[in-house]
Amino acid sequence: MDRALEVEARSSLLEVVREQLGLTGAKLGCDMQVCGACTLLVNGKPVSACSVLAVDADGCDVLTIEGLGDGKKHHPLQEAFMEFGALQCGYCTSGFILTAKALLDEFPRPTAEQIKNYIGGNFCRCGCYQEIMQAIKKVARLPESETPKIEDGG
Amino acid sequence: MTIGEENVRRLDYEAKVTGRANYLADMKIPGMCHGKILRSPFPHARILRINAANALKVPGVVAVITRDDILKDEGIDPYYGPVFKDQTIVAVDRVRHVGDPVAGVAALELEAAEEALQRIEVEYEELPAILDVHDALKKGAPLLHETIRLPESGFADLAEIRPVEGTNICTHFKLRKGDVEKGFAESDYIFEDTFTLPATQHSFLETHACIALVDGSGRITVWSTTQNPFVVRTQLSNIFKVPVAKVRVIVPYLGGGYGGKVYPKVEPLTVALAGKAQRPVRIILTREEVFYTITKHAAVIKMKTGVKKDGTLVARECEVLLDTGAYAEIGPRVAKKSGYTAAGPYRIPHVKIDSMSIYTNKPPAGAFRGFGVSQSAWAHESQMDIIAAALHMDPLEIRLKNGYEEGNEFVTGEKLTGIGLKPCVEAVARAIEWGKDENSKFEIRNSNFKRGKGIACMIKATITPSVSSAVVKLNEDGSATIYAGTIEMGQGSETTLAQIAGKELGVPLVKIQVLGVDTDAVPYDLTTSSSRSTFHMGKAVQLAAEDIKNQLKQIVVQEYGIPAENVEFVEGRIRLPETTLDYKEVLFKRFGMQGGTLVGQGHVKTKVTDREGRKTTSAFWFLGAGAAQVEVDCETGKIKLLKYATAVDVGKAINPLGCRQQLAGAAIMGMGQALFEEIVFDNGQVINPNFVDYVLPAPGDMPEVIEPILVEIPHKEGPFGAKGIGETALIPVAPAIANAVFDAVGVRIRDLPIKAEKIFLALEEVGKKP
Repeated sequence: MDRALEVEARSSLLEVVREQLGLTGAKLGCDMQVCGACTLLVNGKPVSACSVLAVDADGCDVLTIEGLGDGKKHHPLQEAFMEFGALQCGYCTSGFILTAKALLDEFPRPTAEQIKNYIGGNFCRCGCYQEIMQAIKKVARLPESETPKIEDGG
Repeated sequence: MTIGEENVRRLDYEAKVTGRANYLADMKIPGMCHGKILRSPFPHARILRINAANALKVPGVVAVITRDDILKDEGIDPYYGPVFKDQTIVAVDRVRHVGDPVAGVAALELEAAEEALQRIEVEYEELPAILDVHDALKKGAPLLHETIRLPESGFADLAEIRPVEGTNICTHFKLRKGDVEKGFAESDYIFEDTFTLPATQHSFLETHACIALVDGSGRITVWSTTQNPFVVRTQLSNIFKVPVAKVRVIVPYLGGGYGGKVYPKVEPLTVALAGKAQRPVRIILTREEVFYTITKHAAVIKMKTGVKKDGTLVARECEVLLDTGAYAEIGPRVAKKSGYTAAGPYRIPHVKIDSMSIYTNKPPAGAFRGFGVSQSAWAHESQMDIIAAALHMDPLEIRLKNGYEEGNEFVTGEKLTGIGLKPCVEAVARAIEWGKDENSKFEIRNSNFKRGKGIACMIKATITPSVSSAVVKLNEDGSATIYAGTIEMGQGSETTLAQIAGKELGVPLVKIQVLGVDTDAVPYDLTTSSSRSTFHMGKAVQLAAEDIKNQLKQIVVQEYGIPAENVEFVEGRIRLPETTLDYKEVLFKRFGMQGGTLVGQGHVKTKVTDREGRKTTSAFWFLGAGAAQVEVDCETGKIKLLKYATAVDVGKAINPLGCRQQLAGAAIMGMGQALFEEIVFDNGQVINPNFVDYVLPAPGDMPEVIEPILVEIPHKEGPFGAKGIGETALIPVAPAIANAVFDAVGVRIRDLPIKAEKIFLALEEVGKKP
């Protein structure tokens, strides 16, 4: 959806999305751009929303976890994360799924090494890295038509 | 039905993958203010003067709490703590560690609260700080606590524990078996080693947080990120002098716990602020503040072991010094658990163990997945390989030779049951092809890289005695609701409990809801920790479901006139000689309408004595093993974990995928503890309280394979034979890796973490650098 917002100059993109839009799927983890829990896609690219000023996202397409899937069906990544058990506490999950989406948009058939590198900036303290890799690999093998390209931004 | 099946979808998953699961930081209460905490910049200082007048002048500030507020308020006992009451809501006389809370502020906006903190004037007189356990033990060392207040009601397993008066020893746990001097005299060889581990941090991605609301009647409602809401309820009841019925603790999903969210953290101050502000207050700790709130005990472990020529262990003397920081927290129990397991999972006739938690001017240390045992296991499993190497024995063989088996006597003298140690050890050895030399390959032999394999195993106890109660409601449509105090913090407890109730009642998972934790609604549960929930709460839920079935049976007997012995439960229906009934029909018959509820109860109480009145240290035992294959770059000391196998005696896997997640997840956390994690102090200041400088395991650190292996030796008292497994797999990781490093390059690392520079320097020392 398109949404016009008035934001404070100092507000981070994460604060605006969570506090002003009430979209709380992205989490604050480290507050210094290393853990990936706050990952959002800005014009399709993953960013750490804790460390991006909201004003810098002016005019951009912002995708949050809430905007993934078509409202009726989960995104294949969401399905695969559940199938392989790619989460435990779930605090890192929205960040991982969005990072994985950006990866697959950029490299539809990634190698294991590419996956590992691309998600390298996301932490899962519960330790589901193996399951996360499996889930992403599963979706990467899906036929093109089953990986929806365009989502309605949050 | 749903026990042991692979394709069980967890009940919490859809909410979590869609971003709709509510965690505490996602919640807002109407009228909510924001709280911030002023913290000590010194490791040890006396507070001479505090003046908060200017803080109150900041627009938007609604309340400030300093020692003046809590000391003069007759409705507040400022002292609290799970074992000793040595913590205060804010500092009253002295600050005892960097980051110790000095004042709290609540304001309409977070920015105003932050501004107000700057305006609080505090005058300190710096005092000499104790920053090391050895300094803390010196004669004449300044004391952290001159007097210790005991709580009104303590934990049953810690009733005898007292600090050693006039010292900084918070707890001194002693374990004696046989005659250790005689044992050493009978030994062919004696090994003496010292091992150390640094303080580490749980690093859950969700920081501690709390929302508190105090209504006009003094009733306290708290939303908290706690793992043990009933302990928090007791503590708040004591601090604010109200009955527990007037304290309500609600816990949403947690973004990880790992032991770092047990016992009161930010709740007492948040409630004090909410009471003064007469508005709800929310405090969310920053990442940095988490490092000042709770850590894992650093330890220095001296271990002396006597063995026979054939590798039989004869005697062990061990001293475990645990740095418990400025407050006891749950350190006394950590010392106890460390002490119990310092002899390892081995039969040793003569044992003398002294395990101490010691006060220092550092942030408090408390529960951390593994709870004292990852400390002692680092020592006993490293030394086991030192012994094996000296005797030219296979590390696998020496473990199998001495390892506990069913029915053996534990160091306390009790008989061990449910002991799947050897199957775990053998399974991990097989998984990494133990005995096969990876260096024989040409490319390895001719490079600077050396490969090695290492193995380690463990035993741990769960908190005993303890209590878990559960209620299961059967609704009028035949669906069921579970009321249990177990916190869903990622381990999948909601699903496990639902599977157990579902199996017992024959109701599918889609018709079962777990309420979530609210101390006003769910019955008492001691804690979600000590890997106890599946065993204890699982059993309580099973008993509650059985209670429902008994009630259904009685109704059928009364209403249909069928003898009880002819009533049979088959897949969620009741089979009678002539017909089969749905639960729904039976409820209709009972209540005369499509309404009404059956309420089933289940209670589990574990004891410190078995049926024959003999001592029992643990309701069940954790057994597990890990095996690592590593590659070491001899030029730089850099270590790469190639493969890791972890096996745990799970009793019975109720949710096998969930079990494998716990095993692999704990192994990865163990990797962090083994290879990178370390809180670094400089004169009492934490210099790396953030995720840039405190290094966590990331996707790039993963080995090719982490293989979780479930060993199922059914426990006769667990639900469907299940045991708890949350901590087990973490414990062997560090020694398994250190042992693999020794196997690869012949250097022994005795101090965690196993960093490249330590290997590099050790290689230089032994002249093995290329």
